[in-house]
Amino acid sequence: MTNVALTNSDLLLAALFLVINGAISVAFGLRLELGLAIAAARMVAQLAAIGFILKFVLAQSSPLWTAGMAVAMLLIAGYELFERQQRCFKGWWTYGLGNATLLFAAGLATLYTIVIVIAPTPWYAPRYLLPVLGMVLASTLTSISLVLQTVTDGLEREKGAIGARFAQGATRLEAFAPLIRRALRTATAPVLNVMSVAGMVTLPGMMSGQIVAGADAIEAARYQIVMLFALTGAAGLGAITAALAGVLLLSDDRHRLRLDRLAPHH
Amino acid sequence: MLRIDDLSIAGLPPLSFEVAPGQCLAIEGPSGCGKTRLLRAIADLDPADGYVFLDGVERQEIAAPLWRRRVRFMAAEPHWWAPTGRAHFAASAKLDRLLAALGLEGVDLERPVAELSTGERQRLALLRAVADHPSVLLLDEPTSALAATNAALVSEFIKFQILGGRIVVLVSHDRLQIERLATARLQLGGLPWPREAESAAA
Repeated sequence: MTNVALTNSDLLLAALFLVINGAISVAFGLRLELGLAIAAARMVAQLAAIGFILKFVLAQSSPLWTAGMAVAMLLIAGYELFERQQRCFKGWWTYGLGNATLLFAAGLATLYTIVIVIAPTPWYAPRYLLPVLGMVLASTLTSISLVLQTVTDGLEREKGAIGARFAQGATRLEAFAPLIRRALRTATAPVLNVMSVAGMVTLPGMMSGQIVAGADAIEAARYQIVMLFALTGAAGLGAITAALAGVLLLSDDRHRLRLDRLAPHH
Repeated sequence: MLRIDDLSIAGLPPLSFEVAPGQCLAIEGPSGCGKTRLLRAIADLDPADGYVFLDGVERQEIAAPLWRRRVRFMAAEPHWWAPTGRAHFAASAKLDRLLAALGLEGVDLERPVAELSTGERQRLALLRAVADHPSVLLLDEPTSALAATNAALVSEFIKFQILGGRIVVLVSHDRLQIERLATARLQLGGLPWPREAESAAA
């Protein structure tokens, strides 16, 4: 079976789909035409760029280039995490907490998936490492950002109740326990949903990609199963790390609420 | 014995005073002068320079949660972390006599706290503060939300705590209550400082 190669004129034909959205925008006066055009142009430029970069990195198959690419992906994910946060920690911590948690959770989950589960030779083969890292990062990013959102929002509402628990002699883990529980539940919901509907409504992206690329469907399903386990684990690891780090930052070693470490909205 | 040594509250000169068991120190002063902040600092709920000793042990020498089990701050506006009143007490806590003493014998603790009246909630908060027998009670306006009869009941309750050997530091705008309970007074703000603080020392 040979793959059908897409030419640039094929891309133009696909771009005709945008006419539908453009027409809707004009007909209903949504004024989304410009935004739509910019988003589409960005998407094309970003994907084309990443295509060329990946082609280069894959061709090198060198640990150095692969590591460089992985670090770049981490930094971009860290920045995206920062952008999504509505309430931030003061000073270096906003960026530091997100990046450290991402590095820890996504790094660990990716290494386990690559080195222990998939085990390609060499283990740092970019063809496996980079796509796995990308998917794991996206999942971890979502869960960490949900945890931080829930904790900072909840703190705003529940600072009185948490303060009352401290006054009654609770430790910081006891005082924050209800908030942590809610944050972890919120952060786990998306991966639970993805797992429960996987293959029912749509084929997950990686599996679709492999099938289009001509892989055996059973083999593609196996990869997808591995990935979904990895994504769930990474999300959980990221969530618990972010929740505990958040509690450590928002209280001190004398078990006091430290709202002063929370910056105003950014 | 509760001993405060050079405790720094923003906007006030460093404070030093002592309160012995069975004594009640009333903190007086205009709104915003730092009365609540002083109580919170004694409970180690906010960072503050200086020393606070209970029976010769400085607060930094023991874990903060343990300190707050012995030195209990009761906020003017009570907050609740669980839906029902009962969930705020240890399962083994015997509350019947305390409930009766505070005029809360008719209150069903399994009901949501939010359904209680403001006055009932304030009395329940006082009950929560004393139920696990702290050595020191730091009471911030304990009767601010109460009608006269219930305020008298609560004053009587606090008097009973003092007679039982507890150390009480009381912030109140109720002159009658202060006259009835205080064994010493401390005036914050607007008056020559160190002299007042010393004369208030028990």
